[in-house]
Amino acid sequence: MSKRIELKDLNIFYGKFHAVKSVNMTIEPRAVTAFIGSSGCGKSTVLRSINRMHEVIDGAYVEGQVLLDGVDLYDKAVDPVRVRRHIGMVFQRPNPFPTMSIRENILAGVRLNNSRISKSDADELVETSLQGANLWNEVKDRLDKPGSGLSGGQQQRLCIARAIAVSPDVLLMDEPCSALDPISTLAVEDLIQELKENYTVVIVTHNMQQAARVSDSTAFFNLKAHGQPGELIEYGPTEKIFHNPEQKATEDYITGRFG
Amino acid sequence: MASTETGATSESLPQDPTNDLQSTIHGKARLGDKVFRNLSTGSGTLILVILAAVATFLVGLSIPALTADPEELQYGAFWAYALPFAFGTVWASFLSMLFAVPVAIGIALFISHYAPRRLAQGLGYVIDLLAAVPSVVFGLWGINTLAPLVRPLYVWLADNFGDLPVLGWFFAGPVSGTGRTILTAAMVLAVMVLPIITAISREVFLQTPRLHEEASLALGATRWEMIRQAVLPFGTPGVVSACMLGLGRALGETMAIAMVLSPASVISFELLTPSNPNTIAGNIALAFPEAFGLGVNQLIATGLVLFVITLAVNMTARWILASRKEFSGAN
Ligand SMILES: Nc1ncnc2c1ncn2[C@@H]1O[C@H](COP(=O)(O)OP(=O)(O)OP(=O)(O)O)[C@@H](O)[C@H]1O
Ligand SMILES: [Mg+2]
Repeated sequence: MSKRIELKDLNIFYGKFHAVKSVNMTIEPRAVTAFIGSSGCGKSTVLRSINRMHEVIDGAYVEGQVLLDGVDLYDKAVDPVRVRRHIGMVFQRPNPFPTMSIRENILAGVRLNNSRISKSDADELVETSLQGANLWNEVKDRLDKPGSGLSGGQQQRLCIARAIAVSPDVLLMDEPCSALDPISTLAVEDLIQELKENYTVVIVTHNMQQAARVSDSTAFFNLKAHGQPGELIEYGPTEKIFHNPEQKATEDYITGRFG
Repeated sequence: MASTETGATSESLPQDPTNDLQSTIHGKARLGDKVFRNLSTGSGTLILVILAAVATFLVGLSIPALTADPEELQYGAFWAYALPFAFGTVWASFLSMLFAVPVAIGIALFISHYAPRRLAQGLGYVIDLLAAVPSVVFGLWGINTLAPLVRPLYVWLADNFGDLPVLGWFFAGPVSGTGRTILTAAMVLAVMVLPIITAISREVFLQTPRLHEEASLALGATRWEMIRQAVLPFGTPGVVSACMLGLGRALGETMAIAMVLSPASVISFELLTPSNPNTIAGNIALAFPEAFGLGVNQLIATGLVLFVITLAVNMTARWILASRKEFSGAN
């Protein structure tokens, strides 16, 4: 299930704009990797290039390699649609399909590609996915109600459940808690801890404490100057990045945030 | 500086602090707000007044025809006279929507989600232009170009499907010599309503939240799957509204029908024969010049029937939408 990701000399562009410069890193399976860094340094951009969501934007493209267990995801023969089935994504703002019920939201990924699923299999999948996202008890009596009727935190966990329902190898999360209250945030953080037993988890966060709490490794991105491409400044075990960083910029950023 | 000032006032004018607060939070409604509120309320009322005026006019002038002795009426008993036209109206509009809606949605999706930006813009202009073509021109086109063009197809349809069960109801011969049948009229109508439905649907599809499109793509949806999962469900209410506007035009279209159709007073589903049910609007246009006395009232009463049909269709559509409101994505 869980797979290793390697970024090799990855350069990312929005048309003429060079957004991220030569990133090299290896993201370990069965672990949580956090991306931190100031706004606009390219964290989301790197994350979205891992499941080939980057190229969805007009004129956006990537140079370099992203390897998933050694397979180059940007190889010509690779179908981006299939890549995304292996690498799930959770967005900053909860985005359940408003026209679907909770149940249908969970099944949305499975229903793609015309795959048929029996009612009992579907029921089971809905239950395990919702349990996997710690949401089952809260919604089990209203599976046929619209997903948009849940609270923000519940919606976000619904989105996580939807992402894990297709049993991906990797789970990418772009600031999954930034729209949530502290209680919901804790619920999602707990969930991330559990998820790493089965998935490679990559999370972007602006919250230093959160990065320190949930992640095993941390990658710090930064901009040299405005208009310059973002770069990976330092990458290592979270413990080391937070307490004994090698780069001055990393230390400044972390201490600055801690006050 | 500031502190001495406040000190001075509090010494010389010790005043009730609540009063002070009142004077700062009390205030008159702003002029702009007032004007705007009255303007919007006024326009809302105006629409209702116009609608009521039209309804009163229709009902008032219809009553003489509806209550008169059939013997005295120029066109005979009212319902026997009106029913074929009511049927023709609904049937022609239904057929035209059958052609127009799928094509319009297809074009709208192509413009909003498939075509490169340049092409999409060009296509958008062409569609908007099509909406500006007057119906007389469509009528002429229907008579001179479309009817002769489709007649061979009608002959083929009648030969191959005319004798089959069920399909025979629609495709039975004899085929009209001019090709000016209700099917041709429906095609002309379809071309006329196409730009309306396309233009609105395109706008609606473009409004699909990026978030929902990306949610679908990130799950591994192909573009078409993404459209079915995110774009179409989001757009449905808007597309229904677009169809209602188009249908409104089709139901009421007069000129093109009056020109293209060679009418008869029948209720028939046959699409290819020379005897086609006329529509209410088309019939009023054709019959009005020769109508006199109660005949005029009788024609106006058919207009009332058209008014009721249009209202009923619109209300049904609203009702269907309202019953799905919970899942509309509005929240
Ligand atoms: N759709 C886009 N088109 C063009 N440029 C973009 C687009 N999205 C992002 N960028 C640019 O790419 C750079 C990196 O953006 P990105 O969203 O990856 O930053 P981020 O680190 O995720 O920031 P934040 O912490 O605010 O989310 C920024 O300079 C941004 O302006
Ligand atoms: Mg971001």
